[in-house]
Amino acid sequence: MKRILPVVFAFAALASFGSAAEAKLRVVSSLQDFASIAQSIGGDRVETMALAKGYQDPHFVDAKPSFVLQLSRADLLVVAGLELEIGYLPPLLDQSRNDKIHPGNPGYLDASAGCDILQRPTAQVTRAMGDVHPYGNPHYWTDPNNGRVIARAIAARLSQLDPAGAAAYQKGLAAFEQRLTQKEAEWTAKMAPYAGTKVVTFHDSWPNFAKHFKLNIVGHVEPKPGIPPTPSHTLDVINLIQTQKVPVIIVEPYFDKKTPNYIAGKTGAKVATIYPSVGGTPAITDYFSLFDTDIDAFIAAVKGAR
Amino acid sequence: MSTDSRAPSARRWILGVWAVLCLLPSATARAQEKPDDSVAALRQEIEVMKKAYEERISTLEKRLADLETAQGQATAPTATAEAAPPPAPAPEAPPSEPAVAAVSPTEPASGAGGASQTSNYFNPAISVIGNFLAVGGHNPVENLPAADLRESEVGIQAIVDPYARADFFLSFGEEGVDVEEGYATFTALPAGLLVKAGRMRTAFGKVNPLHLHVLPWPDEPLPVVNLLGGEEGWIGTGVSVAKLLPIGDVFTEGTLQIFRGQAAGLFESERRGDLSYNGHYRVFMDLTEASNLDLGLSYGIGPNGTAENADTRLEGLDLTYRWKPLQTGTYRSASLRGEVYRSRREQPGGDQNAIGWYASGEYQLAKRWFVGARYEAADHADDDALRDTGTAGLLTFWPSEFSQLRAELRRRHYDLTDDTATELLLQLQFAIGAHGAHPF
Repeated sequence: MKRILPVVFAFAALASFGSAAEAKLRVVSSLQDFASIAQSIGGDRVETMALAKGYQDPHFVDAKPSFVLQLSRADLLVVAGLELEIGYLPPLLDQSRNDKIHPGNPGYLDASAGCDILQRPTAQVTRAMGDVHPYGNPHYWTDPNNGRVIARAIAARLSQLDPAGAAAYQKGLAAFEQRLTQKEAEWTAKMAPYAGTKVVTFHDSWPNFAKHFKLNIVGHVEPKPGIPPTPSHTLDVINLIQTQKVPVIIVEPYFDKKTPNYIAGKTGAKVATIYPSVGGTPAITDYFSLFDTDIDAFIAAVKGAR
Repeated sequence: MSTDSRAPSARRWILGVWAVLCLLPSATARAQEKPDDSVAALRQEIEVMKKAYEERISTLEKRLADLETAQGQATAPTATAEAAPPPAPAPEAPPSEPAVAAVSPTEPASGAGGASQTSNYFNPAISVIGNFLAVGGHNPVENLPAADLRESEVGIQAIVDPYARADFFLSFGEEGVDVEEGYATFTALPAGLLVKAGRMRTAFGKVNPLHLHVLPWPDEPLPVVNLLGGEEGWIGTGVSVAKLLPIGDVFTEGTLQIFRGQAAGLFESERRGDLSYNGHYRVFMDLTEASNLDLGLSYGIGPNGTAENADTRLEGLDLTYRWKPLQTGTYRSASLRGEVYRSRREQPGGDQNAIGWYASGEYQLAKRWFVGARYEAADHADDDALRDTGTAGLLTFWPSEFSQLRAELRRRHYDLTDDTATELLLQLQFAIGAHGAHPF
């Protein structure tokens, strides 16, 4: 008995240590955007971590074993869904040994549920169309209205997983929504003069942003989603920009700017780096500064276009 | 007299038959427990059923009429339709069948449609990867055909239930089919365990667990060919248990695998009790956001069948360094990998201690272009005095995520016949079906 006692104490100490560490709800998300929203709602009740960095192409994230470790410790996994994470998340999830965050359990949240999803294919899709997403365009968080839907879903799920913090999460959500409403008015006012502006984007990541801020996307630098620019398509884009007088080419930070710059040089359009995600630059610290930065960059580019 | 004497006996016979005939019905009736009662019960039952039917038909007729009138007056449709009482439940049990029949007209339409849809939902994800290889040059030892659909790998994958998922990889050659892998993975186990059961590529080293189509070369390197049983590598049939063993925030994982004593070209045993084992320990470290180090130690043992209790022991060390800036606007990445295997083979005529290794590098030039190089050397497992060597240069182009063109210029020296072969391998890989995970 005397020999067992220290062991029992050690276990008890470990257990109490464990519970102290568990005090915070661990939220892992595929994108920094969701992590940021969860952080603003959960405050110090949650600890958030994102697998993909904001300046990284969210389609091509490596399935690093270090992510397995993060997932094995997660209480909640927030994903964009619509097969955006199909290239890396499924094997990570299988290896996570964490049943809580598997689809179908409360610890798995698909943020696309309830959001306004655009470009849902209505006819048969094939890969002749490039890397199309059969469930619709997965870059939906670039519409602040969807941000609101996502925030509500995250708050509801946090409350479900941590009922003791439900009041705090509701408070966090209310503050987030209030801020969002106020910022949305500001952004809408800023963008109002540019309603109907024609833009060309590199990848088809911007339909939700364009819809919300009433931009008119007329073409893409990529001939098809995921297929790098080809000379003939680049000529078509140059023609398009010249005939339609497109002032801006929107490029995500993770694409090569060589072709957009070439097109800009030929046409006088301006290349604007617009960030699809929080963390795209150090200045984009949360969901609000994401739109602040993007809108400023867009307006600067339109003003700079010849 | 004879007739007289016969007459009473005949009469007795007839009487007897009559008696039996008269008794029979009563006997059967007794067996049926009072004839009058049962008939009455039947009649009553039929009467009840008839009543129930009539009641139901009249209710339905009334509902139909109500519905028709409701449709007639489009302004107030709901009230009348709901005013009709639901069909009265039958007074007794028997009419349960007609009750179902009454509902059935609507059921098949929605039910059948739903069934076909949901059965599609649960269909496994299916993918096919074609691996076409054309070879030029002269090689007297490994005489690959000029053109070969080397492998058509069919992947069939789905989640079994809340506790497990299943993965099948069937490898169709031009001549036959192999189950390359087929296993269930139990993903919801406690204590950080991950258990696989079935047939799987053994977690020995870095490239052996990988499928041919995700390797950075069109061919398996010499150490795999010479020391792990041939081109296919080591595939085991049994159980694998892997446990996460994190050290702080560093990922480490221990895997223990127990397989039967046969593995093509590597292990051989007639006895059921002769098993083969593999242990693997992996450490993965993120050095920076863009670079990481992957280290593995492996140990395998199994009967080689050359003699009673003759074992082959395998040791492996693998190291991979990757560099890939996350902001891939520059589309540059690089990886370096190397492995060393040692095979100690007990065999009649002297134990063999064979070493094999390779070192390889890959560099990404542009979004879709990669160059690579590889050096390889390996002793023969059954004769450590023979060492084959090879060098290769590679160029890879990815038209899209789903197809890949690769050229390998390879020079191999075969020690046994002292032949040197220079060959050009051209590989086309193409994937259709479900989007698989990207290799890492």
